[in-house]
Amino acid sequence: MMLMIPKGYERAAPGATPDLKAVAAMAKYNETLQKAGVLLELNGLHPPSAGARVSFSGGKPKVTDGPFVEAKEVIGGYWMIQAKSKEEAIEWAKRCPASANEVIEVRQVHEMSEFPQEVQRAASDAGLAPDR
Amino acid sequence: MTATEAHRAEIHKTIDAVWRIESARLIAGLARIVRDIGIAEELAQDALVTALEQWPLSGIPRNPGAWLMATAKNRAIDVLRRNKRLDRKHEELGLELQAGQMAVPDFETSMDDPVGDDLLRLIFTACHPVLSAEARVALTLRLLGGLSTAEIARAFLVSEPTIAQRIVRAKRTLAEAGVPFEVPVRNELAARLASVLEVIYLIFNEGYSATAGEDWMRPALCEDALRLGRILAELVPEEAEVHGLVALMEIQASRSHARVGPSGEPILLLNQNRAHWDQLLIRRGLAALDRALQVSATPGRYVLQAAIAACHARARSPEETEWARIAALYAELAQLAPSPVVELNRAVAVAMAFGPAAGLELVDALVAERSLEKYHLLPSVRGDFLFKLGRSTEARVEFERAASLTRNARERELLLDRARSCSIS
Repeated sequence: MMLMIPKGYERAAPGATPDLKAVAAMAKYNETLQKAGVLLELNGLHPPSAGARVSFSGGKPKVTDGPFVEAKEVIGGYWMIQAKSKEEAIEWAKRCPASANEVIEVRQVHEMSEFPQEVQRAASDAGLAPDR
Repeated sequence: MTATEAHRAEIHKTIDAVWRIESARLIAGLARIVRDIGIAEELAQDALVTALEQWPLSGIPRNPGAWLMATAKNRAIDVLRRNKRLDRKHEELGLELQAGQMAVPDFETSMDDPVGDDLLRLIFTACHPVLSAEARVALTLRLLGGLSTAEIARAFLVSEPTIAQRIVRAKRTLAEAGVPFEVPVRNELAARLASVLEVIYLIFNEGYSATAGEDWMRPALCEDALRLGRILAELVPEEAEVHGLVALMEIQASRSHARVGPSGEPILLLNQNRAHWDQLLIRRGLAALDRALQVSATPGRYVLQAAIAACHARARSPEETEWARIAALYAELAQLAPSPVVELNRAVAVAMAFGPAAGLELVDALVAERSLEKYHLLPSVRGDFLFKLGRSTEARVEFERAASLTRNARERELLLDRARSCSIS
């Protein structure tokens, strides 16, 4: 997963629209990912000012509407790509026409098979019909 | 590991990644220039060797693809100039390059292949029907997948020298047959495309058949195949069967984590926990299928198989499966690409939709089929229908026969269990 972290997005107003030239460059990049057969999914996210946070300290869920004063870096969007290694994901991230104000964080997605058997079993449906 | 060794190892992994991203286009671009994929690959490999030597010291270049292409071209001039035992082709090429007909400033334009034609040429050439299926697979994974000989060998459970030889012979066959580096003309395209799709699906199935705990390079073949399929779909979007194949692979891949239990045991589709089906891949598969149907109203074999897979993918539970629709799709597939296995699958769907008697009628017609003589699923399915019709004695015979035919120990146990349950009822 490549997470786009635009500096200052934590302060963006709800209807914020991105710069047109940047949009064109990004569209071209996304097309490159698509043509390379590695793009699985991508989405842009509305700024935190349009969102909410649910916290759980104290046992009861507590809702706070955005924007969030303490947040220093927030996610503006993400790409899910298919890469064989962390290095490959990094190489793709390097090709992004990001501005000086932007950071891309590369994160690997968990696969169920990575977890030990007990975890996998716990995650499986307990009521699953036995094989045949 | 010392700091230097660690740094080198890191750079190597990065170079591997760059190779995976750039090599196909590099080889394709070079192949257009030198008109020989063997020479093109050698030049590309030489550039890689140079990268492995220089990048740990100078750092990864800003545009690795362009760097590799420039290096490969310089190398081409070098080699052709130095090689005293030139054959005619090399000699001509050398002179052409030096005469500046492919002048150095051409680097940028030659790297530029915005329409992807060079890549398409490479795909069609690597999958040329003059080559055997296994030769096409090895060559495709090598030239388009960016896999090393060792990696291909591991993925297919054969020795490295076997794959190396297979690739060498494949290149020689192409050269001897005078296969041009071209995209096939309109009226040949469908047939040639079938050859390409066959290769991609072969790679996918090899990966799909790999069991958990095996070398990870094997299931990774599914990803390699998917990537190639998606690339092709972008290059020839007007071809419905390409979208069909991609749809089929995306949907099959969506089940990869549900197919295997925590102890590594295989789980049949109808018993899989659908919460573990990858909805992202299912969405992609359904979208690809939509694209296929938009492009052409008459579905080909891959589109039909994808449509069947889509029926399962859309059902939130086995009970919600549209069996009648699946049965109809199998009937269409049987018209297009008849095979006893397709007919057997159709019988299963028909039984689910219209009852076991209807299914039994179809299966009885297959009993004499020679190709299914040793196929354990035929008696297994027949036994299931007989059991549901209350004909337990006959059912037991079928399950026992199926158990004797299967080579999978767990499967045998399950079939013997079913045979035993016939006696009880």
